[in-house]
Amino acid sequence: MKKLNLAILAMFAGILYAHAQTPADSGTYKNRKLQLEEVNIISSYYHQDGDHAAVTGGIGTQNLTDLSNSIQVTLSKYDKRDRKHTWNVELGIDHYTSASSDKIDPKTISSASSADTRFYPSVSWEMENKNGTTVGAGVSFSHEFDYQSIGASLLFAQKTHNKMGEFSLKLQTYQDNLKLIYPIELRTDGGGNGEHEDYATAGRKTYSGSVSWSQIVNSRFQLMFLMDVIYQSGYLGLPFHRVYFNDNSVHVEKLPDSRLKIPLGLRANYFLGDKVVLRGYYRYYHDNWSITAHTASLETSVKLSPFYSVTPFYRYNHQVGTKYFAGYQAHTSADEYYTSNYDLSGFDSHFFGAGIRMMPPHGVFGWQHFNMLELRYGHYTQTNGLQANIVSLNLKFK
Amino acid sequence: MIKTTCTLIVLGSITAILLASCTTVKEYQKNRLNDGEMTLGNRKVEKTELSFESYREGASGANGAKSGGGCGCN
Repeated sequence: MKKLNLAILAMFAGILYAHAQTPADSGTYKNRKLQLEEVNIISSYYHQDGDHAAVTGGIGTQNLTDLSNSIQVTLSKYDKRDRKHTWNVELGIDHYTSASSDKIDPKTISSASSADTRFYPSVSWEMENKNGTTVGAGVSFSHEFDYQSIGASLLFAQKTHNKMGEFSLKLQTYQDNLKLIYPIELRTDGGGNGEHEDYATAGRKTYSGSVSWSQIVNSRFQLMFLMDVIYQSGYLGLPFHRVYFNDNSVHVEKLPDSRLKIPLGLRANYFLGDKVVLRGYYRYYHDNWSITAHTASLETSVKLSPFYSVTPFYRYNHQVGTKYFAGYQAHTSADEYYTSNYDLSGFDSHFFGAGIRMMPPHGVFGWQHFNMLELRYGHYTQTNGLQANIVSLNLKFK
Repeated sequence: MIKTTCTLIVLGSITAILLASCTTVKEYQKNRLNDGEMTLGNRKVEKTELSFESYREGASGANGAKSGGGCGCN
């Protein structure tokens, strides 16, 4: 009996000793090692066609196909002061083929200009402290045959005390450099095949400030107010865009060397019932080239189950074109600035489609680390005849 | 400029009305707000859509995406 009591006492002592070794506040423990948060692979196939190519002065095929792929890696760690550091590393590659770009030098058949590859890596860092203050910075680089860009950004964000609202300010700049590849008939040096020439270059600088305020209204509703101010200077047209005047003479597009853009946006998301999420967006845009636009979109996510959802969407855009635009052979020699780029003309556009999102609890196709798959298709039309289709896929691994 | 001011006033008024009706939501009541579909930003799968819209349209920005520069777009 004594042996049994001693054994029970020893067992209790063992349990107490074991508890004594448990950290006093294990709930606040945070892994301070650098961790892989998620990896996103995003691929898209885009195809468009129309009859208003800017390269051929507002007439001719706009047939273009673009295949883009990017990989985004998110890493995070907590420091000794419990601040969360997040790093985003992205590498993107786009490859496009364009029938109109091939017309820069129509004497060639499938010249180098008919296709190009854009390569764009970027790195950003953010740090959030316990008071809801976030600071961050980022750099980016983009390279294609006739266009190079270096970008940098700074971020500051502050949550309110009750965590119901957040103010954010982002400052960005892009310092770009483009090769002046003119249409073959407008090259003063006689022109070559365009592949081994030393082209003159021009610069384009972009500075932008983005302010946003996000606010939780109630347990089902949140909204965000956004405002950007963007100032661009330098060579803002593209050197291979032709413009035909009414006297049939051909010129290179000429646009002002500065542009100020002010877009204002409002997002509103509402959780309707238990299975439907409404995502609304409206944007008003105005710039000093006299382009004004109203854009509105609505997405409706229907949850088929907690892990699967279907999202039909519709986007409408109404654009009043720039005063510098006129179509083929509509400009006169009296015009100071001129373009026949229909992207800057007045039109309405409609974009609609649907997406499907899968986030099964045991991973997509039973693979635990394959956290999410999202597939989305959209059809885009402009009232000037441009039509486009896009399919995008996002694979998320955690 | 007058239109921009009017739009600012309308958006500001809507925002003010909505903000005035805000109620405090506790962390345990945020299950719907924290749902992946409720994110107040772009979906990653929209990346190329936002890019081609900025190429094909004169307007851009105020949507979290690029608003000029960095590529041969307008």
